[in-house]
Amino acid sequence: MIGQTILEANAVTLRYDGDQGNVLDPFDFALKPGETIGILGPSGVGKSSLLRVLAGLQQPSSGAVHIRGQALWGPHPRVSIAFQDPSLLPWLTLERNVAFGLDFKHQPQLSRAERARRVDEAIAEVGLSSARNQFPDQLSGGMAQRAALARCLAREPDILLLDEPFGALDEVTRSQMQRLLLKIVSDLGTAVVLITHDIDEALLVSDRIVLLGGSPARQIGEWTVDLAKPRDDDVSELGRLRVDIVSALRRASPAHHKDEAHAV
Amino acid sequence: MSVSWATADPPKAVPAGRPISSSSAWRAALLRQTIGIAGLAVLLVLWWGGTKLIAAPGSFLRHFSPLEAVTTLGRLATNSDLPIHVLVSLRRVLIGLGLALVIGVPIGLAVGRSALLNSATSPSFQFLRMISPLSWMPLAVMVLGVGDRPIYFLLAFAAVWPILLSTAEGVRQLQPAWLRLAASLSATRWETLRHVVLPGVLAHVLTGLRLAIGVVWIVLVPCEMLGVSAGLGYFILDTRDRLAYSELTAMVLVIGLLGFLLDAAARGLNRLVTHRH
Ligand SMILES: Nc1ncnc2c1ncn2[C@@H]1O[C@H](COP(=O)(O)OP(=O)(O)OP(=O)(O)O)[C@@H](O)[C@H]1O
Ligand SMILES: [Mg+2]
Repeated sequence: MIGQTILEANAVTLRYDGDQGNVLDPFDFALKPGETIGILGPSGVGKSSLLRVLAGLQQPSSGAVHIRGQALWGPHPRVSIAFQDPSLLPWLTLERNVAFGLDFKHQPQLSRAERARRVDEAIAEVGLSSARNQFPDQLSGGMAQRAALARCLAREPDILLLDEPFGALDEVTRSQMQRLLLKIVSDLGTAVVLITHDIDEALLVSDRIVLLGGSPARQIGEWTVDLAKPRDDDVSELGRLRVDIVSALRRASPAHHKDEAHAV
Repeated sequence: MSVSWATADPPKAVPAGRPISSSSAWRAALLRQTIGIAGLAVLLVLWWGGTKLIAAPGSFLRHFSPLEAVTTLGRLATNSDLPIHVLVSLRRVLIGLGLALVIGVPIGLAVGRSALLNSATSPSFQFLRMISPLSWMPLAVMVLGVGDRPIYFLLAFAAVWPILLSTAEGVRQLQPAWLRLAASLSATRWETLRHVVLPGVLAHVLTGLRLAIGVVWIVLVPCEMLGVSAGLGYFILDTRDRLAYSELTAMVLVIGLLGFLLDAAARGLNRLVTHRH
């Protein structure tokens, strides 16, 4: 499985219009098939921006993104992104939201039955079967987030880009969704980039953890988590890594110096 | 005032499983409707008083009393060409609105999308919009001939502005997240239009349609007073020529009633769509 990279960013920089500086410094990144990378970093550092570049939704100011060695010029049909907000369409039921885009021209062509199967399965996997006919304004924040995840899963992508997908979930549902993610990765060999604020979440699902920091953002830390999944039992080993990451994250946070002054 | 009314009769224990908000909203709606009906009753009394009490016996005004109008209306509805005239007018309204939608929605979509196009067209649209459609009447008849066609033109001309401007506003208010979602799914231009833009602006289009119905209904009657031999406007002039005053009053009633129903239908359609949001 390991070997060739499936998604690669080479010296990518990003600068939004207007006269702020770069958001991303020359940034390098490589994701292997079946690998899960967790991305951590302080709020506003540029995590969502990076994910949009990797998704082909935002052209980098310089550098390039490659998928299986091919330069990326726009969104790729085998890549699926879950945005930081659920982005459900308010005029469609949950079921139709999950099915949204499956029949688009540039997506892999599926039979009607296959589409229905995938939609049913994805909705069941995120535990929303009983809400399938509800409209988004009838869903709680956590339900909307799971619906958005189901929309990604129904496409059975090769690469899954997730922007804080479990942020609005309670502890129990969150851990169910983390298990679901692990199952999808092991069943389908999906490669995942997961942005999260939750270090424990990153530790549970990632093969590698990348820490972004600074302005413009660059990679300021990287950890390989070489433990078999699921990892609920490897508490001590994860705990050591956790301490390490927390202190690096502290140093990366813009509020770091202020915090220390107050602490004294 | 409405507050003291609402609190004068505090809600009793709310049945289990029924949220308070929905039951009190329901009460508020009922209250609103009751007040509305009371207002209509006052209007009727004023009408009746004006034609029966204030007007001297034998006065011309006495021909216009509500009682006579209603009995005449009953007779007209069963025993005359009135239903045909109503249908002819409604058909014209539908065709006028249809034309306005076919023209107004695409232009509105384009104008809403492009700031350049918007700047280029906005002054012209505001200028044209402020010309009473009726002032085009002689021109329309000269160009399109006598008959239904100038009426279609005038109605469509009156209806196109609210539809166009609402559609453009709807496009401006489309959520960037929806468009980003479509882009992330490699949607073609057509797919984005069909699955995101059109459903996203539908509520605005319907708001424009409702405004358009109001305008069209007002413009319709005078339009039908020239060069046609059927329709509500024609019928009004006809009753005048025949000195059939109670029929004239009955027609005024019919026009008001139909307009009211059309507006209610547009509102219902609007609510149907926005409720699914
Ligand atoms: N569309 C945009 N146009 C201009 N600037 C933007 C845009 N999107 C993000 N930015 C800027 O880029 C920087 C990084 O934003 P980004 O959303 O990528 O951060 P983030 O790491 O995802 O933050 P959070 O954890 O709060 O989601 C911020 O300073 C933000 O103001
Ligand atoms: Mg973000």
